[in-house]
Amino acid sequence: MAKKDNKQDLAKAVKNVKEAITDAVDAVTDKVKDVVNSPEVQEAVDTVAEKVSSVVNEVKDAVSDKIKDIKVQMENEKIDAKIPEGPLAEKWTNYKAHQKLVNPANKRRLDIIVVGTGLAGASAAASLAEMGFNVLSFCIQDSPRRAHSIAAQGGINAAKNYQNDGDSVYRLFYDTIKGGDYRAREANVYRLAEVSNNIIDQCVAQGVPFAREYGGLLDNRSFGGAQVSRTFYAKGQTGQQLLLGAYSALSRQIGKGKVKMYSRYEMLDVVIIDGRARGIIARNLVTGKIERFFAHAVVIGSGGYGNTFFLSTNAMASNGSAAMQMYRKGAYFANPCFAQIHPTCIPVHGDYQSKLTLMSESLRNDGRIWVPKKLEDAKALQQGKKKGRDIPEEDRDYYLERRYPAFGNLVPRDVASRAAKERCDAGYGVNSTGLAVFLDFSEAIERMGKPAVEAKYGNLFQMYEKIVDENPYENPMMIYPAIHYTMGGIWVDYELMTSIKGLFCIGEANFSDHGANRLGASALMQGLADGYFVLPYTIQNYLADQISVPRMSTDRPEFEEAEKAVKDKINKIMSIKGSRSVDSIHRELGLIMWEFVGMGRTEAGLKTALEKIKEIRKLFWSEVYVPGRIDDLNVELEKALRLADFIEIGELMARDALMREESCGGHFREEYQTPEGEALRQDDKFSFASCWKYMGEGQEPVMLKEPLDYEFVTRQTRNYKS
Amino acid sequence: MDKTINITLKVWRQAGPKAPGKFETYKLDNVSTDASFLEMLDILNEQLIKEHKEPIAFDHDCREGICGMCSLYINGHPHGPDSAITTCQLHMRKFKDGETITVEPWRSNAFPVIKDLMVDRRAYDKIIQAGGFVSVNTGGVPDANAIPIPKAKADEAMDDASCIGCGACAAACKNGSAMLFVAAKVSQLALLPQGKVEAAKRAKAMVAKMDELGFGNCTNTGACAAECPKSVPLSAIARLNREFICAKFQD
Repeated sequence: MAKKDNKQDLAKAVKNVKEAITDAVDAVTDKVKDVVNSPEVQEAVDTVAEKVSSVVNEVKDAVSDKIKDIKVQMENEKIDAKIPEGPLAEKWTNYKAHQKLVNPANKRRLDIIVVGTGLAGASAAASLAEMGFNVLSFCIQDSPRRAHSIAAQGGINAAKNYQNDGDSVYRLFYDTIKGGDYRAREANVYRLAEVSNNIIDQCVAQGVPFAREYGGLLDNRSFGGAQVSRTFYAKGQTGQQLLLGAYSALSRQIGKGKVKMYSRYEMLDVVIIDGRARGIIARNLVTGKIERFFAHAVVIGSGGYGNTFFLSTNAMASNGSAAMQMYRKGAYFANPCFAQIHPTCIPVHGDYQSKLTLMSESLRNDGRIWVPKKLEDAKALQQGKKKGRDIPEEDRDYYLERRYPAFGNLVPRDVASRAAKERCDAGYGVNSTGLAVFLDFSEAIERMGKPAVEAKYGNLFQMYEKIVDENPYENPMMIYPAIHYTMGGIWVDYELMTSIKGLFCIGEANFSDHGANRLGASALMQGLADGYFVLPYTIQNYLADQISVPRMSTDRPEFEEAEKAVKDKINKIMSIKGSRSVDSIHRELGLIMWEFVGMGRTEAGLKTALEKIKEIRKLFWSEVYVPGRIDDLNVELEKALRLADFIEIGELMARDALMREESCGGHFREEYQTPEGEALRQDDKFSFASCWKYMGEGQEPVMLKEPLDYEFVTRQTRNYKS
Repeated sequence: MDKTINITLKVWRQAGPKAPGKFETYKLDNVSTDASFLEMLDILNEQLIKEHKEPIAFDHDCREGICGMCSLYINGHPHGPDSAITTCQLHMRKFKDGETITVEPWRSNAFPVIKDLMVDRRAYDKIIQAGGFVSVNTGGVPDANAIPIPKAKADEAMDDASCIGCGACAAACKNGSAMLFVAAKVSQLALLPQGKVEAAKRAKAMVAKMDELGFGNCTNTGACAAECPKSVPLSAIARLNREFICAKFQD
């Protein structure tokens, strides 16, 4: 019994103590509350908070003032394009006469890295090696013969005037400046027109089988934006033949040991030592090994960034990563929003589609573009109830011939693309998606006969039939605009050097010659001009000062750091292990780009694009899944690294397009158009090349301006009507 | 309008050059017949990635039949059952619903497998480096119209020059010979006055390099020309033989 009593007493005591403690705690809590709520304490807390926030604000203001200062300072930083003095036609001659050269013995002591083996890269590497430099050439494909220049179909322009139709260097220069909607540098474009003739001579000497007349002389055809026939061609495979010419010259130098070839290698960073480009970091795509390469100068010919849109006419592996690496190291990215939308591509079909196929512009020599005049005919075509050939002649609207009588079906690409969009937006599209127009050869077949059409365009017709499964001799082709080429790119001066010393950029990768729109058959011309006839000269003006610089060890800390940054980035991407494939994110980016940064751009749309691209960036860096290993052939990893850069390029394009409040060439802001729907330039405000400077990860880039002074040509509104 | 088919794929998987390879079987349903063969492989790879498996490695780039990168042996034919096209131009409408499709890398000793369906074709580059060019440096060449070339010759040279260096000819050949590839270049340049100067030297150097790299001999079976995606004609081989024999007589 006693035991039980004791237990009960104990329990009671414990209970009492517990209650006492609770009471005490409550009392203390009340007291504390009173103190905290007392006006004195509140006041003290408020004062502290105020002080903290004022300090924070002060710091914020100071930082933003500093940033403003830097921006103002940078905007005042004059961009020097180093354009030679003198009359337009003498600039290049004067430059060559006075530039510094490197003697043969010294050439042997200098190494040059050339990244990319397209027309620009291959021709540069071959020419530099012929001159005696040691060249290291890099390409991502299995062979230097495969770069995407190979897919160019139509031709290459030159001012030979073999047709006696009034062509001249000046006219080619003028057409190119006008075609670019007065947003290119006069001096560069004139030089391009000047060397165009040398290119044709060079290619013929290499054995490029250009098309010929029965008399054995070279044949020409017409391209958009010109009223003369100055385009040289090799069937529908001109790019292939020119590239194989450059490739054969490159192969000859590889055989001689003057070029060391690194195929299936991808450049992942450029190495800067004391403010000069001194090498690259590259990944061996077969083994996954990250390797370091030194050179006295680095030349990048890595092509354009059209694949930002996912669906484009570019090759699957074409990318803008080399450009972004240069940009992040301080090279300006110029006019990123200038992208070319090519009017004659095979329309999109199916959500599994991987790329778009171009039908050569040369088809517009004889093909006529039309949509039905009547909406009910368009509806019937869209529902598959009628075929193009069922629409009678009088019910066809040859809208290019109607709107632009002087140039007709051969208006420049930007004009033709917008006109197609205008008709399709109005409901006159001719396929099931309503996003296609006809390119019709029935009149040409009647005029020339089927065999003549077949001889001229046979391989293109075959290509169309294989893809679409329809015979274009019997029913008109269906076409629609698609992203094809980027005029924007890394800023270069007259010597093709970027804003980083010793770092050169050639071909489509630079921004130089096409302004806001490139004319057909001018890309091949520019790539080969840069590689054969411009860079091999201008690079010597730089290297002449470098002859006493010894080869540097790749053990230097600058190489070490660059390699580590590359490896960290790769590890970061591999470790995300999310749930989304690279392509699925890339497709999303592409749709945003096409909708908001495509053929018709608006302020509201571009702002939406900037928001949406931010979301894509977040999605990529949290959800991407890359299978496989780092130290192995890993295609998904290659694609992921490229996509990370495409996201940044997409943002830069949207930012640039938003800044440029005018319409010019391929850049069409819907707010700026004439009553007839033509592009409306704002020369007083936007006659400059926008040069974007990288300010660090997550920071807004700063824009500098290179003013475009037209000394020799008067700017006019482009007129292709009369 | 979109027709779809269900297919079974037997695909050669090989982790690396020295690893043993084997066929893996995959089923793929509702493939649009408008999709290209490579787009079908993209869909399969997307599915494999979703299952956290390694996607199939295969070479491709331009996807419009000109770069020469794609290189699949499909149902026993290089570039598949259609004629005069590359793998990337092959469409699924060429296959039947329920069909089993076998996909292998190029079969040739001189093109070793790198991974899965990718092979190393640098041997072709080495053959070109041995002499597949005209020895001219940049600059200092005559005007393009200084040497008239008969249209027929230029056109014939163009037919030979259309070779894309894909390797289908060597892969198709029972002897693993690269004759059509070598002939295309030798013939193109021999037809043109610019290339005529070095024609004999070129033919000997390129043939010697081809032999050295482990390609087989030509027995004129013609499988190469039949499978060539660019229809490079067998007559190119005849011209190579003529150039080669003439060169040997000159020695």
